[in-house]
Amino acid sequence: MTVQTERPPSGPTDVAKSDGGNSQGPRRPRARAGALAPYLLLLPAVAATVVFLGWPLVNNGILSFQNLNMRQVILHLTEWNGFDNYKEVLSSEDFWRVTGRSIAFTAINVVLIMVLGTLIGLLLARLGSKMRVLLLFGLVLAWAMPVVASTTVYQWLFAQRYGVVNWVLAKAGWSSMADYDWMGGQYSTFFVIITLIVWQSIPFVAINLYAATTTIPKELYEAASLDGANAWKQFTSVTLPFMRPFLYATTFLEVIWVFKAFVQVYTINQGGPDRLTEILPVYAYIEGAGNQHYGMGSAIAMLTIVILLLLTAYHLRIVLKQEEDEL
Amino acid sequence: MKRSLIGRVWPNVVAVILFIGLVFPVYWMIATAFKPTGDIISEDPVWIPFDVTFEHFKTAVDADHFGRMVINSITVTVLAVVFALVIGLLSAFALARMRFKGRRGFIIGFMLAQMAPWEVMVIAIYMIVRDADMLNSLVPLTLFYMVMILPFTLLTLRGFVAAVPKELEESAMVDGCTRMQAFRRVILPLLAPGLMSTSLFGFITAWNEFPIALLLNKDGEAKTLPAWLPSFQTVYGDDWGATMAASTIFAIPILLLFVFLQRRAVAGLTDGAVKG
Repeated sequence: MTVQTERPPSGPTDVAKSDGGNSQGPRRPRARAGALAPYLLLLPAVAATVVFLGWPLVNNGILSFQNLNMRQVILHLTEWNGFDNYKEVLSSEDFWRVTGRSIAFTAINVVLIMVLGTLIGLLLARLGSKMRVLLLFGLVLAWAMPVVASTTVYQWLFAQRYGVVNWVLAKAGWSSMADYDWMGGQYSTFFVIITLIVWQSIPFVAINLYAATTTIPKELYEAASLDGANAWKQFTSVTLPFMRPFLYATTFLEVIWVFKAFVQVYTINQGGPDRLTEILPVYAYIEGAGNQHYGMGSAIAMLTIVILLLLTAYHLRIVLKQEEDEL
Repeated sequence: MKRSLIGRVWPNVVAVILFIGLVFPVYWMIATAFKPTGDIISEDPVWIPFDVTFEHFKTAVDADHFGRMVINSITVTVLAVVFALVIGLLSAFALARMRFKGRRGFIIGFMLAQMAPWEVMVIAIYMIVRDADMLNSLVPLTLFYMVMILPFTLLTLRGFVAAVPKELEESAMVDGCTRMQAFRRVILPLLAPGLMSTSLFGFITAWNEFPIALLLNKDGEAKTLPAWLPSFQTVYGDDWGATMAASTIFAIPILLLFVFLQRRAVAGLTDGAVKG
């Protein structure tokens, strides 16, 4: 912008002339340069996003129509095969099983995260200040723990030999758990993964919900108790309506995060045992990069994106509409 | 409002139980890292490490290419965050301060970009980087991480820029500053807390990124810490002391940053959330 302001007067006039001839002195081109400014400011961000996000997305679509296995990759061959990848994926039982599993996995996690997170948020509002600081500290610590580090820690907590969890369960009288192999079964592996995800996701919900409750005017509770409302009634008629937009928005975010929980599922047991804990992103990765069926993996990835869009479509529409109204 | 004794006690009891549940995994990681091996593989857990040893940290640090990977991780993370802040700030300024055609479209575009399923796009990213002959290089990682954190950075900074009163900028311009000078001398200093909290979240995302690093940078020399940590666990198998020491080294920078900056950062984020 500085450049435009300091340009010699002859320059802009020439530009204006070549641009249609109706030059009205130096004012117009300056206004035009001003009109261009926002686009120039946006250019780097838009260009970077288009190249490094848009292009992989398009490329993913292109790859999904190719027969691309180890041979084609090494020899740099491009073999188009139309909708074959999609036909094969959609007609395979595995894909639908993994899809159902992903949706159930997301639902269980999100329900647990939202219910427990909300309860802890409400508890925070009720605690005295010292206990609140203590609990907030615990929440922040769990929140800050890097995901990859937490998965290795959970592997250690649930380790078959010398793992703390097995020791506690055995001491509590469940002696068959003494050397239990958590990674040996589908449900027990999922139990560990869900515990891990719920543990690391609760702080976000609880802390934000607590912050939101502090904005509810006290008068509303006073009025409610004057009307004879008990604690539950106060919760449903004052707290909940206030929290509703927040709860919707958070649920939406959690659905996206949990559905894409590649890191936790992959690092804890690589989708095992026997590929029984693969969710869609892990399935796409193992088919594509692991088994080197890159075209097939891309088709699964595209379908995964479509399913995620379908799952979030309802809320996405509301968010976009809200944003449009506000702008 | 009067509450019975039980009514006053149970929230505190629940809070203490929750606190233990939340903190224990982190505590156990650090405690295990400092315990002698005999205390780690004992039939009854040693809850508090009275014998402290640094031998596990030595094992982790002596692992192949460890120093190299620390440098890789720091390089990639810092560069991605700095680039995202610079590029994001330009756009944030335009979106918060200027009226132009398509503004709404840009904002919605970036909101959608923020939800991009990167974990699912790794195969396409791998093929692109492979065709460009850039596997095992830090350049693609930096660029992809930058774009990964850019939408969040940009949208959050937009809120911060909008929160700076326009009058400040205008009065600076009346006093003879150009718009650029007004930006540099008036807005930028006021944005400092916003830049800090935004970069904290960008830093965490880039420092933790796993799937892309796992697939693109397989050579020991080119690895980053998150891609190395699970493989370290596999290689060292039941050496939980070393694994926990490695995890501790990886987690400590983020834990410290987060615990110290959290209050400020979260306050900053809510300030920034005021729409422009």
